[in-house]
Amino acid sequence: MDNLSYTMNDRLKFRIIKNKAMKWAVILLTFLCALPLAFILVYIIKEGIAAINWDFIIHIPKPVGESGGGVANALLGTVIIIVVATIIAVPIGILCGVYLSENKSNKFASWVGVSVDILQGVPSIVIGIVAYFWIVRPMGGFSALSGSIALAIMMFPIIIRSTEETLKLIPDSLKEAAFALGMPRHKVITKVVIPCGFSGIISGVMLSVARIAGETAPLLFTAFGNPFVETNLLKPMQSLPLLIFNYATSSYKDWQSLAWGASLVLLVFVLALNLITKLITRKWKVQL
Amino acid sequence: MESTIIKAVNYNAYFGDNQVVKNVSMDIARNSVIAVMGPSGCGKTTFLRGINRMHELVPSAHANGKIWLNDEDILEMHPIVVRLKIGMVFQRPNPFPNLSIHDNVLAGYKLNGIKLSKSERERIVEESLTKVALWKEVKDSLMKKGTFLSGGQQQRLCIARAVAMQPEVLLFDEPTSALDPISTAMVEELFKELKKNYTLIIVTHNMQQAARVSDKTAFFYMGELVEYDETKLMFTNPTDQRTQNYITGRFS
Repeated sequence: MDNLSYTMNDRLKFRIIKNKAMKWAVILLTFLCALPLAFILVYIIKEGIAAINWDFIIHIPKPVGESGGGVANALLGTVIIIVVATIIAVPIGILCGVYLSENKSNKFASWVGVSVDILQGVPSIVIGIVAYFWIVRPMGGFSALSGSIALAIMMFPIIIRSTEETLKLIPDSLKEAAFALGMPRHKVITKVVIPCGFSGIISGVMLSVARIAGETAPLLFTAFGNPFVETNLLKPMQSLPLLIFNYATSSYKDWQSLAWGASLVLLVFVLALNLITKLITRKWKVQL
Repeated sequence: MESTIIKAVNYNAYFGDNQVVKNVSMDIARNSVIAVMGPSGCGKTTFLRGINRMHELVPSAHANGKIWLNDEDILEMHPIVVRLKIGMVFQRPNPFPNLSIHDNVLAGYKLNGIKLSKSERERIVEESLTKVALWKEVKDSLMKKGTFLSGGQQQRLCIARAVAMQPEVLLFDEPTSALDPISTAMVEELFKELKKNYTLIIVTHNMQQAARVSDKTAFFYMGELVEYDETKLMFTNPTDQRTQNYITGRFS
């Protein structure tokens, strides 16, 4: 009896030590994952904060040699390009997601689903090239619109899949309740299914915006960039990622500092979007 | 009083090639309570869902034969019209989680885009909730979400939602199987009240419930309507051996 309890005790000790070792291993690895983000944040804030002031927001870049200047053209351009991309991507993406979730066993739907997955894997530079050949060339010049379309194509898979996944979670019993009240199918979808999954759909849209906000490659040969403020969608337009790409690789100190400032703005924008998404999902979540 | 409201004639229902309801014919009298019982998989729920054309929502499901509602064939009518005349309450309470109690009662109007004046809305909400004995409990929290209520209250809310559309017939698919005994008793009590204005068809697993609440009982087995008679007769003196076996508990 004594012998047995002695061995049990030993084993137990070993288990406890193993447990602790695993726990610390997990903590350490988690910490390692978060480390790069912390480095990026600290570095960009350190370098970028100096560049940010009122001028930075309201002025356009000064010619080389003159000090000061800002990124007003890129800020405005980014906002315009993203808003237009969202306007294009949201209706198509949500409708496609609804279609996929409502037609689970349909051959065409599963084929579309696979295409959406493949689209998600297409490198952004390839989407940029496609937009260049399909839109920029036929239209005869670089334009903000072509950039928005390229970004919208990148948003599709994210919006479609998140809409589909959200709506698949809506229980069939709810749809049946609606059908039993004599509702036609389109009303069941627009008045019951979509409102119940609204928070999930919105968070998908927000995440897709956060995802494309910093995309540079698709804009290189579509929106192209512009040293001046431009609001015409059919003209080349500056955007933050393009500005960062061009100015950070230049050899002028002033421009490099503008690029750091722009990086910080972009970073804060993306972090804020993620944060807002979290708040929205929490606030508008429908208890199923 | 004894006028027939629903008359099924040689009704068959299928899932793909699998026939789940076989050649069912039965007459249902207006303002009566009909219990439909039978072992799992006997086709009773499918038959019930056939009456308001919910059966065909499942891909590959189809049906033939006739079900008359007064003098119209349900299978020839537009499903939406059928469902407005024949309400349904499901096994699990399923109030719309995005709507308030008030709006849940009016869901059939609101979500269908039927405009009502404020006084009409208030009248329908109060009347419907009173009919299901829920008005007193919720009249001060009408704007709270429907899912805020307890399971038994939610189920009565779902009945109110069906009643609000002023249907002629109400279908219940095992309406108390997800409820506790007290809520079950309240819902059963309701059947007696609702019977005054509506015809009730209740699918139930619970034989005692069938005996307690129904005027007539239908016993389904393997997709067939084995026996359909006055509930009292059915439970005291069944004519078919299979019915006898079922109600004496030889199989279930």
